[in-house]
Amino acid sequence: MHDMSAHAVQHGAPTSFIRKHVFSLDHKVIGKQYYALALVAVFVGMVLSWIMRIHLGWGSFAIPGLHFLSKTGAPGDVMTPEYYLQLMTMHGTIMVFFVLTTAPFAAFGNFFLPIQVGAEDMPFPHFNMMSFWVTFVAFLVLVASFFVPEGPTLGGWTQYAPLSAVGSVAGPGQGLGVVLWASSIAIFCIGQLLGSLNFITTTLDMRTRGMSLMRLPLSAWAWFITSVMGLTAFAVLMPACILLILDHVAGTSFFVSSNEVINGQILPHSGGSTLLWQHLFWFFGHPEVYIAIVPGMGIVSHVLITNMRRPMLSHKVLIYSMGSLAVLSYMVYGHHMFVSGMNPYSSLAFSFPTLVITIPSAIIVLIWLGSLYGSKLRINAASLFALGFVSMFISGGVSGFFLAQPSIDIMLHATYFVVGHFHLVMGVAAMFGIFAGTYFWFPKMTGHMMNETLGKLHFWLSFVGAYCIFMPFHYLGIAGNVRRYQAFTDDYLIRLIPVHKFITIAALCTGFAQLIFLYNLIYSRFKGAPAPDNPWEGTSLEWSTATPPPHNNFGDKMPVVYHDPYQYSVEGATSDYIMQTSPERLVNPHEEK
Amino acid sequence: MATTVHEPPKIELDRLPSRGSGNGWRNLVPADGDMRRVEDHSPMPASTGIWVGLASITMTFAAFTSALIVRQGSAPDWQHITLPPILYLNTLVILASSFTLEFGRRQVAAFMGGLRGQITNPARWLYVTLFLGILFVAGQTFAWVQLRAEGLKLSTNVSYSFFYVLTIAHAVHLLGGLGGMTRVIGKLKRSVLRRSTLDAAARYWHFMGALWLYLLLLLWMKL
Repeated sequence: MHDMSAHAVQHGAPTSFIRKHVFSLDHKVIGKQYYALALVAVFVGMVLSWIMRIHLGWGSFAIPGLHFLSKTGAPGDVMTPEYYLQLMTMHGTIMVFFVLTTAPFAAFGNFFLPIQVGAEDMPFPHFNMMSFWVTFVAFLVLVASFFVPEGPTLGGWTQYAPLSAVGSVAGPGQGLGVVLWASSIAIFCIGQLLGSLNFITTTLDMRTRGMSLMRLPLSAWAWFITSVMGLTAFAVLMPACILLILDHVAGTSFFVSSNEVINGQILPHSGGSTLLWQHLFWFFGHPEVYIAIVPGMGIVSHVLITNMRRPMLSHKVLIYSMGSLAVLSYMVYGHHMFVSGMNPYSSLAFSFPTLVITIPSAIIVLIWLGSLYGSKLRINAASLFALGFVSMFISGGVSGFFLAQPSIDIMLHATYFVVGHFHLVMGVAAMFGIFAGTYFWFPKMTGHMMNETLGKLHFWLSFVGAYCIFMPFHYLGIAGNVRRYQAFTDDYLIRLIPVHKFITIAALCTGFAQLIFLYNLIYSRFKGAPAPDNPWEGTSLEWSTATPPPHNNFGDKMPVVYHDPYQYSVEGATSDYIMQTSPERLVNPHEEK
Repeated sequence: MATTVHEPPKIELDRLPSRGSGNGWRNLVPADGDMRRVEDHSPMPASTGIWVGLASITMTFAAFTSALIVRQGSAPDWQHITLPPILYLNTLVILASSFTLEFGRRQVAAFMGGLRGQITNPARWLYVTLFLGILFVAGQTFAWVQLRAEGLKLSTNVSYSFFYVLTIAHAVHLLGGLGGMTRVIGKLKRSVLRRSTLDAAARYWHFMGALWLYLLLLLWMKL
């Protein structure tokens, strides 16, 4: 903790439009910019999934206008098999990097971390601004690959070598498409490293007086833990992408082995290691799962506590469990490689910590459920989405037990079972965390309330829709339905096509339900009822400042923190909550006895 | 924590945040340049930030290292590189720059501490450090040009690939250090330099020196 006066915000309130809304140094504006980027990205990603789902259900159906996206990839508005894989790659990349990483971590974290620790801004605002714009450039570079001659890469978001490293001989988009993909991700890594640097330093050095580490709200802890993961994980992915680019443009042989023959062509590379890419990628890739989900855990805990009107069963254990997830996430990455051909003893070594990581996950879930039990939860859109997060995390997590064991994973790895697992536990759960955060913090971010009725409708349609989409995936996987296929022509797969049609209809309906959210977001931003400073009667610092917060977050008087973050239903208190900034002093009832 | 309330800390309630560069000198080193006598020991963001940044750079080079080790052992095509002799001269240059930077730090500390009359140009050693840094990058460039002239390119053999990747990545990071050093000198000229900024720049620079020694050893050894 540090005396804030030593490093107060050095940049005054901006006056020009450019400085205020475009190249802003204000962490709140940067947070909103990240949110806007994630919003654009999620709708792009969702539309791509619609196109794929329609193709899987009705393969010959011509999607009007699809040829505008790619004349060669979708002649006559029906996509080619290669184009299906290209859209799948872009869907995964956009969703993982530009939605699940940017929204819960970079967007909400940027806006609320400095406020929750009681700081005027992040310590390195120029780095913070660069972080967003670098990420934005990364998004443009990725999207640009739609418009190059062969289109985007078809290698999947994991870009396994050697097919990702040999150029166009491996298929359309495997040349320039991969170079653009790898460049985009390398640039994205720079943005996230700059962001993580700011998050860590803000948490350690910018806390206001009285704000000890254990007095930080759970959301702030989650962002801090995530930033440590981001700092180490993205620092490994970036060099991996650089080596991949060099295999393309400089003729190096990092990932391509000798005497490789692809599509009848002998490749000039020699001695490269295809497994090396997987090791480097998954050393980032598994922590990335937690980079996507841990902020959601923090946000959901924060939302639930406020609506339960009581703290979690154990604040510290929840923090330690999130920290354990972060540490263990680096030891389990090899469970993504059980079928890669690596030494079976390595599989065993990675299987054990994978089973161990379920312990902190289970502790977190039990703390949520135990705290919810018997509470009089205030039902609103934010708390419903928080409950939905818990539900999705459990449902998706349970299937992880099966996949953690190599003998079972070998059977299920290339099937829709895995698709169902990671979509529930990483995709939908994280999305529900984003929605919970949006409904909860929207009033503070914009000064307007969102429509609660539309919010609840949005929740129920999304909740039911998500289960209708992703639970059948598990059934398909157990039935042996392979993933990444664009058409199902084998006898045993043809019988499963009706399930795919059901999933497609559910995906379209659930997708359209998101338009309710979009409408609510835009309408409320301009026409929503004015929001009071503390609409949910919360206790943390963001609720002790004006709505929306002023440029320096707290006006002329910096907050002083007296209490732990969640003082609800305190015996003898004047109200059912005591804000962190309240100097009210109560006697510990246990001491009185 | 649950439902108990702690004793309020004894702190003033009406403290106003300070703004602008009025506090720019607050954290400066004392007259004799003895850093241990600085009263405010609490970390500044620049101090924490540089450690965080160095951790990130360490991870990046650890990833390159693991790639090198795996790649070297994965196939028999590794032809160990003969390092250009100029690299050893460059090593001396970057090591010397660390010494000149330390001289510079003491000069700046003494200057800030009130010995302005006795020290006419406190940035002198920082300029020397800057020059040595540029000399190092020029020396590295000479090594790359020399290798290319001999027909030894990125694609010649994977050991050369790693040589180029590691040395260029290091040089890029060192250019960042040169930028930081230029910024320190600029702030010193404008009298807005903080001790924590100078310390952070120095830590980064020394780290670059240590990193170069590590890379030289890594490229020289046949694992």
